[in-house]
Amino acid sequence: MRPILEVRELSIHASSGGQPIPLVEKVSFSVEKGATLALVGESGCGKSMTALSLMRILPEPAVRIVGGEIRFEDEDLVSASERRMEQLRGNIISMIFQDPIASLNPIQTVGDQIVEVIRTHNPISRKEARARAIELLRSVRLPDAERRINYYPHRLSGGMCQRVMIAMAMAGAPKVIIADEPTTALDTTVQAQVMALLRKAQTETGTAIILITHNLAAAAEAAENVAVMYAGRIIEQGPVREIFLSPAHPYTEGLLGAIPDNAEGGVEIAPLAEIPGNVPRPGTLPSGCAFAPRCKNVQQRCRNERPDLTAHGNRRVACFFPYSQMIAQ
Amino acid sequence: MMKRYLVRRAGQAVVVLILIACVNFLILKLAPGDLVDVLAGESGGSDPHYLHLLREQYGLDRPLYVQLFQYLSNLVQLDLGYSFRFNMPVRDLILMRLPATLLLMFSSLAIALLGGITFGVAAARAPRSLRDSLISTTALLAYSTPLFWAGLMLIILFSVKFGVLPSGGMATVDGPKDIVSIIVDVSRHLVLPSITLALFYMATYTRLMRASMLDIYNMDFVRTAKAKGLTPHQVAYRHVVPNSILPLISLFGVQLGSVLGGSVVVEVVFGWPGLGSLAFDALFQRDVNLLMGILFLSSVMVILVNLAIDLLYSWLDPRIEVGA
Ligand SMILES: Nc1ncnc2c1ncn2[C@@H]1O[C@H](COP(=O)(O)OP(=O)(O)OP(=O)(O)O)[C@@H](O)[C@H]1O
Ligand SMILES: [Mg+2]
Repeated sequence: MRPILEVRELSIHASSGGQPIPLVEKVSFSVEKGATLALVGESGCGKSMTALSLMRILPEPAVRIVGGEIRFEDEDLVSASERRMEQLRGNIISMIFQDPIASLNPIQTVGDQIVEVIRTHNPISRKEARARAIELLRSVRLPDAERRINYYPHRLSGGMCQRVMIAMAMAGAPKVIIADEPTTALDTTVQAQVMALLRKAQTETGTAIILITHNLAAAAEAAENVAVMYAGRIIEQGPVREIFLSPAHPYTEGLLGAIPDNAEGGVEIAPLAEIPGNVPRPGTLPSGCAFAPRCKNVQQRCRNERPDLTAHGNRRVACFFPYSQMIAQ
Repeated sequence: MMKRYLVRRAGQAVVVLILIACVNFLILKLAPGDLVDVLAGESGGSDPHYLHLLREQYGLDRPLYVQLFQYLSNLVQLDLGYSFRFNMPVRDLILMRLPATLLLMFSSLAIALLGGITFGVAAARAPRSLRDSLISTTALLAYSTPLFWAGLMLIILFSVKFGVLPSGGMATVDGPKDIVSIIVDVSRHLVLPSITLALFYMATYTRLMRASMLDIYNMDFVRTAKAKGLTPHQVAYRHVVPNSILPLISLFGVQLGSVLGGSVVVEVVFGWPGLGSLAFDALFQRDVNLLMGILFLSSVMVILVNLAIDLLYSWLDPRIEVGA
């Protein structure tokens, strides 16, 4: 099946005055209609920058796309006109953000904010748009939608605001929804509800989802494919089950280790095996493999040369010494 | 809820007003010389017996606290005393001059707010551009220019050099008397003084609006607005500007007192027949009753407007609960 969205060699640089600093380097991935791709990595890896670039809402001119292609159906979004992007945004490609309360305008009712997106893309009356907004709020199971549509965001909980954001994202006929850590700011019980809503929207409309998360386990539950990012690059990508069960890159393995292990009936919780050290700040990458300073399997070669993404079976890994024995299936 | 809040605020306002009245009274009493000294100085004569009689007549020989108490109890009955210089009750005098001052202040603040918002938006929508630099530099200049100097320069430029606008007063002495010509005439007289008074505040609002907008542009909900497919223009005017105006409104209330102060200078420079020039006369002629009356009225105005602004603010910003 041909992917609905395909990113090829996308690079994003920040240039605050002096030397441009690479934030995202030659990232490629694709997602098919009705499928979910997870983008996983620690904080500061460039996940949000990648997401914002897909909608072309990077904080320009400080941060810009400097190369690559974003193929959406038959057009390249990197070179698309601003006019065309406005047609797509919020209508054909929509986005859900991490902090739902801060993502809503504090001095407009949630209803007005949903009506705004509806009327931006459809020539219908305020009244019709309002009826549609109530319908949308019902479909995201906002309790008491007729009353809450007149609420200001601060009177709703984080979970309810995220429902509003999802309703807003569903207002058009989205073919791609980008969800940037949609549940990070929410309670655990609400997290599951929000993920269930996204899945429901997906099965009903066949929209593709790009799910950004820190959490590989969440990715494994929601997505078919995963791309693991480290310091602005993809270091491992492929089918999520495979990667979840037998990571090839030591960083992926480290990410898995950082997840509480509920395998044994949820009783035993493995210690959070954090990866020692931090993601290098953009512009301060080591000359070899960016992960080398934190890697437990590091060799001399890793410090001198940067490994490229290379195919291993049906996944791609950027490591000179991947756990290949497990990949051979 | 709303009613309780209003009652509480009104109670606070009354206490503040009484304190202000006391302080005004004491400060003016502490200044050397009284009305009788002035009258004597002007008439040249200084017969001590006559002066004593005058003081007795005006109650100026009684103990301070009696005078203060008398003053306060008169205030409650809205009796602001008698101006011996103008031979009129202070209240009538103030009511006569108040409209001119209100007109001047209202037009100045309207100019300042509209101009400040317009220029602030223009600067913030293209930060660090030529337009921004031009606006920011001009604002800084206006911000640091003394009021009286700006007023004089405007008079020299528009009245003396180009001769397009009157340099003082509020109306032409024997102009036509139909309503339209009066409005046109007063408006022409209003232009220079209101711009002069507005200049400083326009500069303040421009700077604040620019800073506030740049701040709001970084907020998450602005990113959401862009992600909805709005044009940059819609993002700016529907989401950024309304949120950026909120701090301007609170500053507006804080500054009102200083606007009144500024209007004294402007009214004197332009011979505008309002409360400011009245206060100026009262000060130099030691017309204590009049001066206290004006100060008291100014306090009432500042307090009332601030109350109104609080209510307006809580209406504009739903996050603020009245009475919380
Ligand atoms: N305007 C900017 N100028 C320079 N660097 C920036 C700018 N904005 C963000 N960055 C940097 O870009 C890097 C990638 O940021 P990004 O928000 O994409 O990370 P992320 O993977 O989404 O992290 P998180 O999980 O915390 O959301 C970060 O290191 C950040 O410091
Ligand atoms: Mg992020």
